[in-house]
Amino acid sequence: MTTTLSNPAFEINFAQDQATIVLTGEWTLDHGRRLEGIMRQLPVSLGEVRKASLDLKRLDRLDTLGARVIEQISHRLGSDGVKVEMQDASERHLTLIGAVRHRNEPVVPPRRSRLVELLADVGQTVVHAGQDLVRGISFIGEVVVAIGRVMLRPASFRWASLVTQLELIAFRGAPIIILITFLVGCIVAQQGIFQLRRFGATAFVVDLVGIITLRELALLLCAIMVAGRSGSAFTAEIGSMKMREEIDALRVMGLNPVDVLVVPRILALIIAMPILSFLASMAGLFGAGLVSWIYGGIAPETFLSRLQSVINYRHFSVGLIKAPFMAVVIGAIACIEGLNVKGSAESLGQQVTASVVKSIFMVIVLDGLFAMFFASIRF
Amino acid sequence: MDASPQADQDLIIKVRDLVVAFGEKTILDGLSLDVRRGEILGFVGGSGTGKSVLTRAILGLVEKQGGTISVFGTDLDSVSEAGKRDLEKRWGVMFQHGALFSSLTVAQNIQVPMREYLDLSPTMMNDLAALKIEMVGLRPDAGDKFPSELSGGMIKRAALARALALDPEIVFLDEPTSGLDPIGAADFDELIRTLQQTLGLTVFMVTHDLDSLASSCDRIAALADKKVVAVGELKDMLASTHPWVKSYFRGKRALARMKG
Ligand SMILES: Nc1ncnc2c1ncn2[C@@H]1O[C@H](COP(=O)(O)OP(=O)(O)OP(=O)(O)O)[C@@H](O)[C@H]1O
Ligand SMILES: [Mg+2]
Repeated sequence: MTTTLSNPAFEINFAQDQATIVLTGEWTLDHGRRLEGIMRQLPVSLGEVRKASLDLKRLDRLDTLGARVIEQISHRLGSDGVKVEMQDASERHLTLIGAVRHRNEPVVPPRRSRLVELLADVGQTVVHAGQDLVRGISFIGEVVVAIGRVMLRPASFRWASLVTQLELIAFRGAPIIILITFLVGCIVAQQGIFQLRRFGATAFVVDLVGIITLRELALLLCAIMVAGRSGSAFTAEIGSMKMREEIDALRVMGLNPVDVLVVPRILALIIAMPILSFLASMAGLFGAGLVSWIYGGIAPETFLSRLQSVINYRHFSVGLIKAPFMAVVIGAIACIEGLNVKGSAESLGQQVTASVVKSIFMVIVLDGLFAMFFASIRF
Repeated sequence: MDASPQADQDLIIKVRDLVVAFGEKTILDGLSLDVRRGEILGFVGGSGTGKSVLTRAILGLVEKQGGTISVFGTDLDSVSEAGKRDLEKRWGVMFQHGALFSSLTVAQNIQVPMREYLDLSPTMMNDLAALKIEMVGLRPDAGDKFPSELSGGMIKRAALARALALDPEIVFLDEPTSGLDPIGAADFDELIRTLQQTLGLTVFMVTHDLDSLASSCDRIAALADKKVVAVGELKDMLASTHPWVKSYFRGKRALARMKG
């Protein structure tokens, strides 16, 4: 489409104290800036006249913007005490100009000073953090009650959902978690051997890797991966259901969203985490053993027999004991964040990010608390 | 189909022998339809017969398996990227469920196409957005609301305001009055009429609302059996012999409406 566009313009013909303003060209959205210029310029160039008539005869095209500009010009002239009338306007132009006349005054939002807003923001953040904690605890309480209900009436439990979640969390999550802990096991062993070699204590790498993998590393890596993989998925699933009023639909059908959506997910996490953590430990030890053999010259038989003498049942169980607690923290945070999603897509994104960040943070805090606890009971 | 010969430049949309299928399932099969400049065309058909699919096919949102579609005289198959952009500037679309951007306020939603295509100062853009908001009958404070804070009817109006942001030559409305109260629906019909008259708009409107069809549509097209089975004014619809058209326009509900 290559029609020649004729720019909007105006001519003013003065006669005594009266002016005729002839509007020409296309008064349309394509000439936005130019029209804005005209809107500012025209009333000024009129000078001292008391009466003006707007001639629309030579107007080529008019759309809402053009009509709005004409309306604004005549409004501004009117408030300067100039009598304005339209001349030779077609029926259509007149209705359009009439249609764009604002009937309502624009609303001006109240303004606050920067400092007050900053202080209010800080206060709000603190209050929100407090509320988060309270909500988290009461939510975990709610989940426990719901799990209690399930134990009393196992028939009403959504087993299918539990199995699906188990598949998604444990079965599909296992390969990547195994791969990552294998690699980290390799790296830790390599670094250990490299440093210990200087003291001629290469064999101690088995103690190092064995204890750190079983007690901390495998579980932490596993929890971080699960928070990133499954926690974010929980938040996104529950959040988009919240967005489309599906959660409300469940409520009005007499179904408790916690029973239907949250409990199966958290139970699945509680079952999956120890399993994943166990697999991760094994993968980590395998990686360490491999590197010790190839890089450190420790034969697999030596590695295993040393491992057997260093590691006892306690080191092994510390990792497994912590796993379900991590699962509850990840699951609860993910579900709370999901239920907190507001109507917009943006809010969904924010909650997913918050879910992952908060659960990784809480997992590490919790791990620290456990470390202190186990140290003080000498476990 | 329609006897009166139309000069091609008066046809804003020309669809010929359109075939659209999803996998094995054919939704539209050999559909032809014209939309003339300046008219309000009402498009009716049972639920799930493919009205939205046709709209989306014209807009280039779903692949077609056969046939031709030309909009403003340009064949959509042979149009360049730049040409496509030109087309998109000249049409406005109101989706069945609004499709407002949920992270933007109503006013910002309306300004999205303006920012993309126009050179305007922020003041003017705000002014225009406020104007469109008022033109579609929303209260001025609706401009600062997010879509999740709007009622169903308000969403429809906001979506219409966004469709009209660039003063398009044609607007596609997918069930604009569904979910509105009868008075609101009548207002909406009148609004579309007014806009059509003042802006010289062409309107392609999918609707189930008999009142809209009777009061505001210049022509009606009926979709059944994967084709347009009848086109014309209301009286042509009443005269049609196609069973679905007959039961739609001469069923109990329809007769009650027409009498009342
Ligand atoms: N993306 C898609 N993939 C597969 N099938 C689809 C898709 N979109 C639509 N359909 C099918 O095409 C058919 C027509 O759908 P369409 O949305 O056009 O109905 P409609 O006529 O607009 O109905 P309504 O009046 O309820 O809005 C339906 O059977 C639908 O299931
Ligand atoms: Mg539809």
